[in-house]
Amino acid sequence: MSADVKNEWPLWEVFVRPKAGLDHKHCGSLHAPDARMAVQMAREVYTRRQEGSSVWVVKSSDITASDPGDKDMFFDPMEDKVYRHPTFYELPESVNHM
Amino acid sequence: MTAVAESLRLNLTPTVRYVLRWADACLIHAQRLSEWCGHGPVLEEDIALTNMALDLIGQARGLLTRAGQLEGQQFDEDQLAFLREERDFFNPTLVELPMRRSSAHAPGGDFADTVLRNLLLATWLKQAWQRMVSSSDAELAAIAAKALKEARYHQQHAADWTIRLGDGTDESHARMARALARVWSYSAELFAADAVDQAAVAAGLGPSRAALRDDWLREIDAVLAEATLARPADTPFVSTGTQGVHSEHMGFILAEMQSLQRRYPGGVW
Repeated sequence: MSADVKNEWPLWEVFVRPKAGLDHKHCGSLHAPDARMAVQMAREVYTRRQEGSSVWVVKSSDITASDPGDKDMFFDPMEDKVYRHPTFYELPESVNHM
Repeated sequence: MTAVAESLRLNLTPTVRYVLRWADACLIHAQRLSEWCGHGPVLEEDIALTNMALDLIGQARGLLTRAGQLEGQQFDEDQLAFLREERDFFNPTLVELPMRRSSAHAPGGDFADTVLRNLLLATWLKQAWQRMVSSSDAELAAIAAKALKEARYHQQHAADWTIRLGDGTDESHARMARALARVWSYSAELFAADAVDQAAVAAGLGPSRAALRDDWLREIDAVLAEATLARPADTPFVSTGTQGVHSEHMGFILAEMQSLQRRYPGGVW
């Protein structure tokens, strides 16, 4: 038993894989007491209509995010560099999900 | 003066009784669980409890449909759920007990009772489905195969809560111990086999309730040990819901559950 009693459950980010072969996609967040329960809760909340075949959860506090204030510096310089986009190649028909 | 639907007169052979017992265990358990809808301790658990209720209603629908076919008068699942008298329901008493959910009218409820009831029942149903998948009745076998996956999850979910709350704080441990003492005396009925069980075994329909006890107890003991909860002593009391003799709570459940079909016979939406 922990002396450090918390009244709020931690927040978890939920990632669901729609089907085998595809990536896990972030689909939302939820509160749960621990990782095992978070997986169960994620199953209840985010896959009840057959949305997924696999679930990941990660504590929201474990995610390091970019600062919204850095948006100009981080992302805007890419706007005029069209040569970084692979739009000059023809993709074979068999390549999906690019 | 508006017509009110009359109750069914059923030909209650041992086979029909056997199937109705499992159907009613699922149906009334689901009806009680659904009382949590919109009142769960947290949003995520609210959804979990109602998802489980929906799983159980799905199981009850399949079993009621099969019971109707076996009974011979071709009553459908709705008629069997909504037009039977209390004495013709054969669920164990445990599922009809109040959930002890706090409300304006009933303060001092406790989520612990729901957790433990779910643990005892999910483990019991899982043991039953595991054996019923090889039923001589193809319909029952198919229902059991589907229900088994759901019951395994229900059991895991309830076991996780039992362990967290039992091995949690002093307060949560004490509440779980009190709730366990309350529900335990109703567990004896889950294994009180009778002539209906014997007939089902003889026909290859499914297991006798008595045959579920050893495996059930082993799994329950493992969870209780991890939850640091002591198993209460058994008492001579055996409840009688599976004989159609119910607690004082059953009539209120049926009144709420059946009133619409009684008032508007055959109504659909």
